[in-house]
Amino acid sequence: MSNTLDQSWKPSASLDALKSRARQLSYVRDFFASRGVLEVETPALASHGANDLNIDSVDVALAPLPGVGSSKGWLQSSPEYHMKRLLSAGTGPIYQVARAFRNGERGVRHNPEFSLLEWYRPGFDDLDLMAEVAALVCGWLELPMPERLTYREAFHRYSGVDAFTASDSGVAQKCERWVGKELAVRLTRDECLDVLMSHEIEPALRHLPPTFLCHYPASQAALAKTSVSEGMTVAHRFELYIEGLELCNGYWELTDATEQRHRFDFDNQNRQAAGKPDMGIDERLLAAMESGLPECAGVALGLDRLLMLKLGTRDIADTLSFPVERA
Amino acid sequence: MASYSTNEFRSGLKVLLDGDPCIILENEFVKPGKGQAFNRVKLRNLTSNRQWERTFKSGDSLEAADVIDHEMEYLYTDGEFWHFMLTDGSFEQLAADAKAVSDVLKWLKEQDVYVVTLYNGAPLSVTPPNFVELEVVDTDPGMKGDTAQGGTKPATLSTGAVVSVPLFITIGEVLKVDTRSGAYVNRVKS
Repeated sequence: MSNTLDQSWKPSASLDALKSRARQLSYVRDFFASRGVLEVETPALASHGANDLNIDSVDVALAPLPGVGSSKGWLQSSPEYHMKRLLSAGTGPIYQVARAFRNGERGVRHNPEFSLLEWYRPGFDDLDLMAEVAALVCGWLELPMPERLTYREAFHRYSGVDAFTASDSGVAQKCERWVGKELAVRLTRDECLDVLMSHEIEPALRHLPPTFLCHYPASQAALAKTSVSEGMTVAHRFELYIEGLELCNGYWELTDATEQRHRFDFDNQNRQAAGKPDMGIDERLLAAMESGLPECAGVALGLDRLLMLKLGTRDIADTLSFPVERA
Repeated sequence: MASYSTNEFRSGLKVLLDGDPCIILENEFVKPGKGQAFNRVKLRNLTSNRQWERTFKSGDSLEAADVIDHEMEYLYTDGEFWHFMLTDGSFEQLAADAKAVSDVLKWLKEQDVYVVTLYNGAPLSVTPPNFVELEVVDTDPGMKGDTAQGGTKPATLSTGAVVSVPLFITIGEVLKVDTRSGAYVNRVKS
């Protein structure tokens, strides 16, 4: 494969793709400028990584410095914690174009380093923010406004299973055809739902117009508020799918510091059980929430994936100057 | 025994799945943003030759299969086994059973070279070259002047394979055949 080695100094994106990326960035900045949302920058390197069980931050060894407690730092998997501290300090609506890092993620839709557009809207709920995401995305891609589909309805329609009321073994059974019997019994309920999401729901969404999935199970709430709808506890979390590609993840944000602490504790227990590093608790984030995180909605949107849709490619490498193998 | 983690998966890798040796054809990383990562893999079972798809939890491993390809010359059959010899000058011989040669039987000609896939040292399957040259042993009489266009007829080759050939082909001629499609390519000057 000496030929591959010889060529690996070259970018994997075409010059046209790089120009499109630059245009996309100005489009985004114009969009928020016209709406009075402030652009901010926050650290990519910080003392805590994400607590989510399924997000692996990249750890960095730090030389000792006065006032820095730990010799270990984490490259941020999203700027969420810092941006919430800014909101608590009274910035009003903010957005950021950030480099985010997720360890071990590489495929046609993943690169361990990627561009994330994240923004927060005080006073918005999930519905308001979905409308703004739709305006940004569909304005850029020149697509019709997305429809909304609940998580429960999507599973009912495309997997034939009730993601909220089916038994754990019933959900596991649905996965057997993809992962085999042996693995199906080892997976948790949420992992089984993830299998069905990747193997059955996403392929079905490929053939639909842009679609917001919303009202996730409470176990997948992450940092979203929950409420009771039709007798089920649902998370006010939404994701936009275009051509089956997961483009963003948004929340009507949890503002209750006590509840947030419980969720972090629970996440850390799950991380330990899975043999992953305990992320501890970012006390500065919780202190900010206690001092008053305003009621708000926030969303993180993958800019490389948005560019994939703009360019009509199924491979993220076509949007990146240098994917990880060439970086 | 060596094993491969999902992050080492790539096409061409030979692994054991449910006790059978398989070759990985495609490997796709799938992960809902906040969800568990999986590797969705297409494989070919080297014993049954069937393709299948299986998804693994990222981080899980599969045992490596001791599968290796050798170029070997076909020597003869004793009716029960088909005997091949390594072309590396060692003259080492191996016997393949009927199951291993079942797919290649109709292209098997003495002294031609084939790829013999060994699993734990024993022949698992035999792959013919893309093109073989075989003699016509039976076909309807040729029709003079019918060289350009027109119909085809079946012809039986020395190995027993039946291929569709142009009408002008006669018994005793040697034909070049594409083993992947079973299609006639051309006549070979003898």
